[in-house]
Amino acid sequence: MLIKDRGRAGRRGYRLPEFDVERVGLEDVIPERHLRREKPDLPEVDEPAVIRHYTNLSRKNWGIDTNFYPLGSCTMKHNPRANEEAAKIPGFATLHPLQPEEQVQGALEVMHDLQGYLSEISGLPAVSLQPAAGAHGELTSILMVARYFEEVGDESRTTVLVPSTAHGTNPATATMAGFKAKEIGLDERGCVEVEELRAAVDETTAALMITNPNTLGVYEQNIEEISEILHDAGAFLYMDGANVNAIMGRMRPAEAGVDVMHFNLHKTFSTPHGGGGPGCGAIACSEALAPFRPDPVVEKAGDAYRLARPEKSIGRIMGFHGNFGVMVRAWNYIRMHGPELKDVTDMAVLNANYVRARIREKYRIPYDTLCKHEFTAQPPKGKRALDIAKGLIDRGFHPPTIYFPLVVKEAMLIEPTETEPKETLDAFVDALLELAEADPGELEEAPERAFTRRLDETRAARQLVARW
Amino acid sequence: MARFTPHTEADIREMLDTIGVDSLDDLFADVSPGFEGRLDLEPPRSEYEALWSAQKVAQKNATGMPIFLGAGAYDRIVPAAVGAITSRGEFMTSYTPYQPEVSQGVLQSIFEFQSIISELTGLEISNASVYDGATAVAEAALMTARQTRREPVVAVSAGLNARYREVIESYRVELVELPFKNGTTDFSNVPADVSGVFVQSPNYFGIVEDVAAASEAAHAAGALAVAVCDPISLAVLESPGALGADVAVGEAQPLGMNLSFGGPYAGYMATKKEYVRQLPGRIAGKTVDLEGETSYVLTLRGREQDIRRARANSNICTNQALTALAATVYAALMGPEGLREVAELSISKAHYLAGRLQEEGFRLRYPEAPFLWEFAVELPDVRRANAALLEAGIVGGLDLGDGAMLVAVTEKRTREELDTFVEVVKNAD
Repeated sequence: MLIKDRGRAGRRGYRLPEFDVERVGLEDVIPERHLRREKPDLPEVDEPAVIRHYTNLSRKNWGIDTNFYPLGSCTMKHNPRANEEAAKIPGFATLHPLQPEEQVQGALEVMHDLQGYLSEISGLPAVSLQPAAGAHGELTSILMVARYFEEVGDESRTTVLVPSTAHGTNPATATMAGFKAKEIGLDERGCVEVEELRAAVDETTAALMITNPNTLGVYEQNIEEISEILHDAGAFLYMDGANVNAIMGRMRPAEAGVDVMHFNLHKTFSTPHGGGGPGCGAIACSEALAPFRPDPVVEKAGDAYRLARPEKSIGRIMGFHGNFGVMVRAWNYIRMHGPELKDVTDMAVLNANYVRARIREKYRIPYDTLCKHEFTAQPPKGKRALDIAKGLIDRGFHPPTIYFPLVVKEAMLIEPTETEPKETLDAFVDALLELAEADPGELEEAPERAFTRRLDETRAARQLVARW
Repeated sequence: MARFTPHTEADIREMLDTIGVDSLDDLFADVSPGFEGRLDLEPPRSEYEALWSAQKVAQKNATGMPIFLGAGAYDRIVPAAVGAITSRGEFMTSYTPYQPEVSQGVLQSIFEFQSIISELTGLEISNASVYDGATAVAEAALMTARQTRREPVVAVSAGLNARYREVIESYRVELVELPFKNGTTDFSNVPADVSGVFVQSPNYFGIVEDVAAASEAAHAAGALAVAVCDPISLAVLESPGALGADVAVGEAQPLGMNLSFGGPYAGYMATKKEYVRQLPGRIAGKTVDLEGETSYVLTLRGREQDIRRARANSNICTNQALTALAATVYAALMGPEGLREVAELSISKAHYLAGRLQEEGFRLRYPEAPFLWEFAVELPDVRRANAALLEAGIVGGLDLGDGAMLVAVTEKRTREELDTFVEVVKNAD
């Protein structure tokens, strides 16, 4: 039942303060032609009904809090509640973004600290926290690359290269930033095919968008050679940082020749994903690209923090300074870890390899090497990833990412994260092994114990109903 | 060992044995160039220490005062029930609802959000949200180009929030300037080749614009009309859909989101059904399951980056689901009458303050133009006025830099605060 159907005309869920000034007649201040004639059809419900409705809706939803959630490429780790407390401190939560700098020194300090932390983790000297999500960080980065070439007067750079394993956001970003996306294939290990890349890179290449470790969970071992190929051609190496949870304290992208990258604070740094956001797609970049960062960044002058526009900024990419509340959470998380972020990475990689090692007997591992924080598996012959996924639901596990990366048929991208105990991993593996043997007929019926059975997705698209 | 990793030493040993390696270092044998150093970060803090120090840092911010700043973010009441719902772990710790059988809560809440936005805007289809109002405006600009198959060039005026204009340009869309006179935009001479015509109402200066005129001008030019609206205003102002707009976008922050120094907020986007293929972002649709039970699922996915890749209509993936949920709960609590009352309280208080300032001899920048809860007032020295207000425990309005202050008044402001504002500004010189 929808919230609207729980009410009745005239019911109210919130009491506002009384008028303490004279009530202005709308028609006295606004010309009548601008006034609303028909009342919007919104719920008319009381607060208890609202709380019950949404509490019950929440109970028709799984999160990390309720179930193991090994969704590959999404880093569904535990979201520490201390982060939530930090973001709720009134000194942060009630601050207006346009208050003058001298009134917001604490907020700017948080941002400045976080810029520094991300710089240390990546090895890259400059950071912008403004992008709201990973894809927004990608767009920001590629717009910076575009602006760089405009600045140096190089009009030939029209292409952005993207490996076939890339997230869909990478080619979509290239297009959105005005480039043509061109795909590069893989070698037998699942890494970027270096010779194909070498042949593809020329004076039209603006950048390569690489994910490392890539979406197969495989570390791009030729990354230094790749960066040389690009740099020799005057192009940039961009790194999609969705998988930074696999490398913290073990590898710094700058030292591999990465020029610009994004982080997903809502993955690596434990801020909650919220059912699809808000996130923060902070970027880090080299000195060469630093002047092109979005406006503003936080600088420190003496003891004071200030907002500054980088010299050749691409401009604003958000209305204000980005998703500050998300930044506070990530800042708090990093302050609770410090150099122990390396242990986070170690445990994430340990867990992924453990699950990989245990399911190998029944599942195919298309690129079967040491993985990093995630790996790609395929169901046994004759079984579909979709059916395994739905079977997992009946056994109490959120499915992994399925049918991605696109280069692997029936792909299941499994990312356990570091916050899961061995017992959970073992139970998950046992479920997968059991499903490998399950009767295909039974699997097609799954899930039977979820909040719904399988859905008619075609009907949703053909007879579009997107509102009450 | 790190704070949220549960393994014991024995677990780790056993797992390494299963994998067939000797040490954790061996798991990174393929990582080159390796980082041999130690991350130069402060030592780990306990939860208590971290939160105590966070409190100390937060105290360096000036909060706990009445706020007269607006310009795109408003100090409105956030009912307690909003935070209670958005902090439910089942919502907060879930991902984008790719597995609908275990994500009905998020999916239905998105469907309800879309419905509320559709009702307010008078348009048929809304998406599940984008990052904020500014990026909603920029995405709408790109959308107009795709739909009209024209170059991305949009007509705007000084009435469109300056920050939104900047983000449109960052998204590589060209702006064409429309004349702005006496507080409103003149839509009588829209160039013929633009892809979109933008009208913000209430505009940057708080003034109600002629959305119908903008729509007519856009359609005469073969362009799409995009209305940028504060959702609270739509409780009292005619919906953009009814006034002919093709797309309505805006900032949903006034619907139950904390100011939080600029985010996270949520951008909304709504359009006519015929343009749905060009609408970016997630859309939740209604369907049935195998047993015929009503259920919800992400639909029309062929528009999106993970399916269409380089030919997607936007690269957006993660949006602002949890803050969109805040907006949904807020709108449910308020209902049509509550939203209208929020608007009327704000309008009444703003007009009271504007009237009192005028009585004291201050001039409104646009005295003839109809405004809701935000207005520009000319002051002899805006900086000095704001300094005096701060001294009196009030966060003043936005210094427009040209001798005027942009003042926003919400339902939270009391008559006493408004009177103090007038007294302080009067005596600031």
